[in-house]
Amino acid sequence: MDSVFSIAGTVMTVHLPAEIDHHTSDRLCAEADKLVQRKHIRCIVFDFAGTTFMDSSGIGMLIGRYKRMRFMGGTVAAVNVGERIRKMLEVSGIGKIMDIYEGMPLRTPAC
Amino acid sequence: MQQNEMKLEFDSHSCNESFARVTVAAFMTQLNPTLEEVADVKTAVSEAVTNAIIHAYKNESVVKSRFVKSEDTAEEAGRIWITCHIRDNLLEVEVRDTGCGIADVKRAMEPFFSTAEENDHSGLGFAFMEAFMDTLEVESAPGEGTCVRMTRRIGGGRHSESICGKTDAFDMLQPEQDGMLPKSLYDGNDARNILLSDGR
Repeated sequence: MDSVFSIAGTVMTVHLPAEIDHHTSDRLCAEADKLVQRKHIRCIVFDFAGTTFMDSSGIGMLIGRYKRMRFMGGTVAAVNVGERIRKMLEVSGIGKIMDIYEGMPLRTPAC
Repeated sequence: MQQNEMKLEFDSHSCNESFARVTVAAFMTQLNPTLEEVADVKTAVSEAVTNAIIHAYKNESVVKSRFVKSEDTAEEAGRIWITCHIRDNLLEVEVRDTGCGIADVKRAMEPFFSTAEENDHSGLGFAFMEAFMDTLEVESAPGEGTCVRMTRRIGGGRHSESICGKTDAFDMLQPEQDGMLPKSLYDGNDARNILLSDGR
């Protein structure tokens, strides 16, 4: 799991796996929450560059992290979102609560 | 008339979610689907299978009563069955379990509603099934298991009609719901209200 998370200051980037489903997201959530506490993270960036499949478990993961970060005054963002993942995010309407980028923004998003 | 059918049975373990999706995708290849059609069906199958894995056999006593064989019953997982039927270019997928069943199917199908104990479940499984398949039927009762039946016409040039029609799941939370939603959710367009509350 070490290569999945990279931390720079208070920004944690989660390099998401090829498939995000209930099986993979459960463990991701647990690890992410642990690191947020331990490293005082204020911004989580979800990197979808390597992701080809996602179902609503991924949405649940995003919403859950969003709720926790909001509670602590932080933010979340999604980057390198491809066409398929964008479709999933649009169906769920999650774009209303977090920034979604097709590429990687030059500045750390909204932090 | 081209007809074909396959049936798959497996343990209710989350590591089988990927396997289940890929198996249905492989079976539907004979219909010459587009990449998008395959992705849509895989997502819908993933939602139905995940629902069964999370909910169907969470009640341990249900597992024991269904699979009483010997002393090592406690290790038995529940089973999930997927049946796929092809008739011409119509794909029918049925995901069935013999678990605890759904008490209120209509409520269960509301976007963002979830009976899962952990907080990280979006409650959007049924919404996604509806968005990505042409039809969705859910047959379930407490103690009777659950059967989810979905169909999709492949190669019919359907362009995510239901997604455009329904806008997005947040917009599906309409005030005309039958009074079962908590008051704060009546601001249907305010996602923040929903997300900042712990209630479901």
